[in-house]
Parts: sequence; C-alpha cells; structure tokens
Amino acid sequence: MYEAVIGLEVHVQLNTASKIFSGSSTTFGSEPNTQASLVDLGMPGVLPVPNARAFEMAVKFGLAIHAEIGTTSVFDRKNYFYPDLPKGYQISQFDLPIVGRGEVDITLENGDTKRIGVTRAHLEEDAGKSIHDAYDGMTGIDLNRAGTPLLEIVSEPELRSAKEAVAYLRVIHSIIRYLDISDGNMAEGSMRCDCNVSIRPEGSTALGTRTEIKNVNSFRFVEKAINTEINRQIEILEDGGRIIQETRLYDPDRDETRSMRSKEEANDYRYFPDPDLLPVVIDEDFIQACRDTLPELPAARKARYIERYGITEYDAGVLVADRDIADYFSAVAEQSGEGKLAANWVMGSVMAELNQRSQSIHDCPVTTEHLSDLIGRIKDQTLNSKTAKIVFDALLANEGSVDDIIEARGLVQVTDTGAIEAIVDSVMTENPEQVENYRQAPGDKQGKMLGFFVGQVMKKSGGKANPQAVNEILRSKLNA
Amino acid sequence: MNEITDLSLKALSEGLQAKTFSSVEITDAFLKRIGALNAKTNAFITVTEEAARAHAVDADARHAKGQAGPLTGVPIAHKDLFCTEGVLTSCGSKMLANFIAPYDAHVVTQCKTAGLVTLGKLNMDEFAMGSSNENSVFGPVHNPWDLSRVPGGSSGGSAAAVAASMTPLATATDTGGSIRQPAALTGTSGLKPTYGRVSRYGMVAFASSLDQGGLIAQTAEDIALGLGVIAGHDVRDSTSANVPVDDYAQELEKPLTGMTIGLPEAFFDERLNASMGQRVDAVIEAFQALGVQFKTVQLPHVAEAIPAYYVIAPAEASSNLSRYDGVRFGHRADNPTDLMDLYERSRSEGFGSEVKRRILIGTYALSEGYFDAYYKKAQQIRRLIRDDYTQAFTECDLLLSPTTPSTAFPIGEKSTDPVAMYLEDIYTVATNLAGLPGGSFQAGLIDGLPAGYQLTGPAFSEGRILNAAHQLQQATDWHQARPEGLTHV
Repeated sequence: MYEAVIGLEVHVQLNTASKIFSGSSTTFGSEPNTQASLVDLGMPGVLPVPNARAFEMAVKFGLAIHAEIGTTSVFDRKNYFYPDLPKGYQISQFDLPIVGRGEVDITLENGDTKRIGVTRAHLEEDAGKSIHDAYDGMTGIDLNRAGTPLLEIVSEPELRSAKEAVAYLRVIHSIIRYLDISDGNMAEGSMRCDCNVSIRPEGSTALGTRTEIKNVNSFRFVEKAINTEINRQIEILEDGGRIIQETRLYDPDRDETRSMRSKEEANDYRYFPDPDLLPVVIDEDFIQACRDTLPELPAARKARYIERYGITEYDAGVLVADRDIADYFSAVAEQSGEGKLAANWVMGSVMAELNQRSQSIHDCPVTTEHLSDLIGRIKDQTLNSKTAKIVFDALLANEGSVDDIIEARGLVQVTDTGAIEAIVDSVMTENPEQVENYRQAPGDKQGKMLGFFVGQVMKKSGGKANPQAVNEILRSKLNA
Repeated sequence: MNEITDLSLKALSEGLQAKTFSSVEITDAFLKRIGALNAKTNAFITVTEEAARAHAVDADARHAKGQAGPLTGVPIAHKDLFCTEGVLTSCGSKMLANFIAPYDAHVVTQCKTAGLVTLGKLNMDEFAMGSSNENSVFGPVHNPWDLSRVPGGSSGGSAAAVAASMTPLATATDTGGSIRQPAALTGTSGLKPTYGRVSRYGMVAFASSLDQGGLIAQTAEDIALGLGVIAGHDVRDSTSANVPVDDYAQELEKPLTGMTIGLPEAFFDERLNASMGQRVDAVIEAFQALGVQFKTVQLPHVAEAIPAYYVIAPAEASSNLSRYDGVRFGHRADNPTDLMDLYERSRSEGFGSEVKRRILIGTYALSEGYFDAYYKKAQQIRRLIRDDYTQAFTECDLLLSPTTPSTAFPIGEKSTDPVAMYLEDIYTVATNLAGLPGGSFQAGLIDGLPAGYQLTGPAFSEGRILNAAHQLQQATDWHQARPEGLTHV
C-alpha cells in the first residue's frame, strides 16, 4: 500500500485596483493590451514602483494564518525567456518572502481537524497571456495581465490525499474571500494551483520523487488531477519503474496528466535581488494597522454561528466556507429569527440551486428578505414543507413576493379541522378495504399503514392540508 | 568676443539674460559647429535640428516674457540611452537602432521644463559597455585632441561633443567610470552624482545598482548649474533618494581653507605611471596653495573592486538585457522558424561582441552552483569597499586620485584585449560600488593630451566636490586648454 505526499502552491491574484509595479488597471476582460503601460511592456528605461496595497493584503493573509511577517522583504528576479514575460524576468521573492511560516486547519471527512503548515507566501507579478488559437500560425500576446499582483502560498507536503488537498484549497479560498484580497475565481484564473505529488510505501518516512502538476483551475480538477497522478505513479512503481521528477499538465478531457518538461530541461532561473527595488521594511505599526482591520475569519464565525443559532458544527462549517453564503445565511437567520430553518434552507434548496446554475449567491433571485419571509410563513403554519418548496421555486422564477405567490397560487395551508375532517371522511369512504385492513392490523403495523391515508388526504387537499392535523384526525377516525 | 560655441554654459546663460544674443543664435551656432565637426568626431548619432530651433524659439519667447530660468535657451545634448519621446534612442546598439522612444526620461523632462534646448543624441559604447567608445554600431567616436585616439567611454560622445564645443553641456551616465574616464581623456569636467541623486527613470539600464546619470561640461561651475536641473527625487524610480537638492552654485564660492583631502595609498602605488603622477602632484600643489590639507588614507579592499565590479555589473546586465528578445521592440530576426530561432537570431544579430561577452559572464555568475562563489562573494566585497570609504571619510572631506592610468590611447589599441580595457576603470569603479559621487576635472596635458584628476566624496557631497574643483579652476588654467586644429570652423 502506498501513501501520497502532497503539497500545493496556490497563486492568488490580489484585487488591487492597479498593478503591483505600475499604475495600470487590473480589471479582467478588457481588450487585449489596453491595460499595459510602458512599465508592463518592459520598455527600455522603465522602472517598477511597488504598490503598497499589495503589501497590506499579503500581511493580512499572513496574520490570518498566524504566520511570521517578514519585516524586511526583498524582491528578486526570476529570469527566463517567454513571449508573455515582457522583461525576460519575473519580479518575485526568493530568500526573504513577506509571509513566513504559518498554518491552517482543515476538517477531514471523518470530522477530525488536521493542521497543515504553510511554508511561506510571497508577492510576485503575474505574466501576460499567450493566445495560441486566435491567429493562424502565430501566437498573440496579451499583456493586460502582466504585472497583476500575485500572492503565492506554498504549503508543507503534509497533505495525504486528494480530498485533503481540496479541503486545504477550500480553506485558503475561504480565507482570501473573507479578507477580500482576491475574488478567488478559479475559472478566470484569479486563483490557480500547482500540485506537488509523490508517493511512498505506507509507513516509510523517506520522500518519493515528486512531480508537479501545473495550473489546475478548479477544485474538482485538483482532486481528479491528484488522484490520476497518484494512480499513474503507483502503476509505474508496481511495474518496477521509477518516477521522473518533472512538470506535468492535467488534461481534464482525458483525465490524465502529461509531461511538460523534465528536471534536466528545467530552467535555471538565476534568482538574484532586483536592483531596481530596495528591500521593503515593514514596521510593527503597519502590521498592527493590518491586524486592526482584519475581518472575522471563518473559524471565529463558525464558533459564533454554533453559539448564536444553535446549528451543528457540520452545518456551521458548510455555511462559513464561503463568505458570501455565510453573510446570506446570517442575514436570513437574523431576519427570520430561525437559525436552524435558515441553515436547512440555505444548505438545501439555495446551495443546490446555485450549484446547478453554477452561480454565485449574488446572482440568486431569492433574496434574504424572500427567504426570511418564507421561513416566517412556515413558522406561522401558512405553509408546510411541500407548499414552501413550491413558493421557493416560484421565487426563483421571479414571480414576486412570498405572500403574492401564496395568494396567486392559493397555497394557504388548510388548518380548519372541519375541512380536513370532510376530506378524511371521503378518503375513508372511497377506500373501505384499506380501512378494514388497518383496523385489523396489530398496533405496531398501523403506523406504517397510516402513511397511505395521509398521502391520499394531502393529495385531495392539493398539498395544502396541515400534515399534523391530518395525522391527528386520521388516527382518531380510524381507531374509532 | 569669442565665438559663441567657445563660451561656457555660465557665459551663455549670462549672455541670454543680458540679451547679448538669443537662444536661436546660440542654437544655430552650435548646430553649425556640429554640422562641421560631426564627420570628424562622430559624437552625435542624431541631430534634432528642427526640434532644437523650435525649442530655441520657445526659449526666446520665455525670455521676452520674463518667464525664463537661468538655463532657458541654453543647448544640451543627451547620451543616446536617455529616452527621448519621438526620437531615436539607440544605446549605440543595432538592437535599438530602430527604437523611437515613446516617452521622455526624467532627466530629459527636467531639462525641457527648465527650457534647455536639445541639440540631439550622443554616441556611446553599446548599452554603456566599454571604455573607448569603440563598441558602437554607429562607429567609434574620435577624440577631438587627436582624431586617431579614443575619447574614452562609455560616454565618449558626450565628452567629445563638449571637448569639441559642439555642445556646452551633455548628459552622460556612469556605471564604472563612464562619465569620469571620458571627461579625463577629453579635457572636460564630468560628475557622477551619488547613486539615487538623479532619477534613472527612462535611462536605459546597464547595471541598475551602479548606473547613475550625470553631466559633462567644460567647468565645474557649468556642471553645478546643470545638476540643479536634473537632480532630485522622482517617485517613478524606487531607488531615487528623497534628499533635498543643495544649491550647488552657491556652494561653489566657499573657500577651501580647512578642507582635508585624502590620498588613497592603493591608488598611488607602483602602477601609477610617472607622467600621470606628475600631473596629480601638480593638482595637489595647487590645492595646497588654496589651503587644503592632504593626508594618506587606506582603502584596504579597493584592489578587489575591478573583479567585484565585473561580476556584479554583468550579472545585472544579463538580466536587464533580457527584454531585448525581438518580440515587442528593437531588432527582430527575419523569418524566424520558431520561438527559439527568433530569440537566438534576434539577440545574436542585435548585440555586439562586448555586450554578448558581458551577458555570458553575468549569466554564468548567476547560475545555480556558481552564484555563491561569484555574485554573493562580489556583493560581500562591495560591502567591504563601502565600509572602507565610510571609514576614510571620518578622516577627510574628499579623496583625490588620478581618474585614469594614462591619457587617451589609439583607436584599436585595446579593443581586442578586454582585460586591458577593463583596467581603464581601475580608479573609478570603486566609487560606483560604494554608490558615492565622483568627479573628474582637468589636470593639464601630457604630451599634448589631457589628463584628469578624480575627486570622490561622501554620499550627497556633490556640492563639496564641485566647490573644490571650481576653486581649483579659478586658480589654474588647465580647464581652458582646447584641442588645436578643431578650434574654429
């Protein structure tokens, strides 16, 4: 049996208004090369000027993972040639990163907590984009992205499965969203992940030869890419082969990883301190100012939700993972005064719908007011679970307010015992055989058989009958 | 009256204020002289005749309206590595022989704002790498004192243009001696300011931690006037110093009594040739007559300066010059078969041999496995040299040495021997490693060729250096010597 050893390098695009070393805008999706200044183009004679906002964001991240903050932070040049790297080097940090050793907690599938070390996080500039498919026989270069600030977060090789890797990635994602230092959008490349994977015989402490899977761009692909790579490595070792240290690419269409380049062909990046930039000294006042503006982080919010809304640890964990969903949930819980119901609805219908639509909570047509009104109508017994779902679907279809929908669709729950008794009577009359069977059955079997009558009554009432009242009336009439 | 082109910057400034002549007259006089002498000296790569006349007309209008500054209407020319919007900025290289800069360097903007008239762009060693100005794709610059000799480098065009009175003032840059050595070899005054004193924005980089923009002119006084224009903090250069700019012109007049100048023992050893030693002795005597005290000081690690410099400068250059890849600007190979072919041929064709040599040296020094032995060690030496200077300046106000080992050498003499060429910088590189200001000023002639002496000071002591040099120029006439045979056209 083998054990996987996994470490992740996560690149997070910081959402500063301008680039890390120039004044150009960082907005995504503009016309190619319209957001590239002389500095971004690497024109002869231009010089980089650091953007203080990027430092603030990096320090906040460091504080959020309880890391040491590098009080003297040095920028280095990573030298290599590529057409979308205008200067022929990337400004990055090598020896003295801004964020040193830190840690995050992940929740395992069995509910246990595991602490994962973060080796470091450093600031660097993003490269541009090469567009290979737009021009026949040529490659287009778009330098809009060149110079966008990146925070590269490097984990210790302490992850032991693809699921743990994804859990870690989700925690990192959650932290950057809470800090609002990045939109964390993996599809647009604002968060990208390199996975270092090796395997070793279970029980062994020596590390196997690792491969690096570059630029995986979704949580799902991270899990699949790692599992695929683990299996590939196991097959090689089982066949008596040897793992080659190399960089690989994950192809989601074929669910396989492919070699990009081996260590022998790897670049020597010739890192050295960038002489255009002085060491950045970060003093305690700056760190304290960052600390003072730190928002409540996921772990603290989780504890607060359990305490305030009486929800389970599991539910709280799911709800706080995404800051926007957590905000949505707490607004509904506060407005409706029903934490548990709010949790059930958000984790159930709301999140299922968002997943299906691949939408963010901001695009959800059901507002927090809608959902708290809906919960209010369940609480006052106007709606039962079945009619509530009908209303929810109507809200998704933008059919108006909760009360308008109840009105328009005539969904007011029937709690009038007289009306329910009449329906019960007619159901019993229509099904004399079942009534007889019920009455002759032993007491412990009757419970199950009651379901048939409840179903018939609800059906006749158009789902509007109060299920509790239906149960009570049926029992008393059948047992009469 | 002398010819206009014989006048110093100071005299031109005064003449303009007094309306003795107009900026258009001055500009035309210099353009005429450039036209007559450029074929001989090859000092200019580009002459911006039309723009210069237009600047001059503007400058005269400013004078007429009483809106002129002291240097409004006075001509200047820029070393061809200062970016000038809409004008070729070639760095003396085939790589940038087609590069029309889309913006102005900070220094150029400062000069334009002050109303200086730009005459054109000056020849230089390719990417400022060289000590003879033979490494230019536009051909070598000829020393006005003897056209068969080099003017020094890399700011050879700047020095030759001032020496030949083709411009009263020229910008230049100095990474290891590229202002001071050509100033010495052409009988001009040159100042490399403190690292960070003049913004590097728009100055095409050779070695970023050593490059510094400065000036070449006929006198220390002229440099003081010009330095006030180009010095100062610039937010676009992170290494630019946020230190107030002194009133250099005012400092010129201070008496030198009580000043102590140190003589670094390492610069006065057996390698100093006898005739150069005699010129330096004459300078020392002239200073002593002005009340300056001299003492011997130690710079224990200065002998390591050349090897350390020739690791650090090429290392930075190898990275700085990576952007010339044929993709966005500059020379691009015809019909590349693939990306590697585009890179390899664009760079092989675009760069000259000295640039390639330094890229190779620098790449090697930064490579995995060699970094500690070369780059890191060189940086350690650099710190020791800086400490040496700090220690020396606890004992004296300035340091004095020859600027160069010898006078101008014949074109071709050292061009095939890079190490001999590198030793041209033996007295100058340590100043760059320490980030300090240094100037070279006229020390008289040796066999009809100019010799220079160098003053080095603590950080931001440009005013003190210019003060000392100016006082000496007031007491001697070495700075008034002009190359014969070129005098009047």
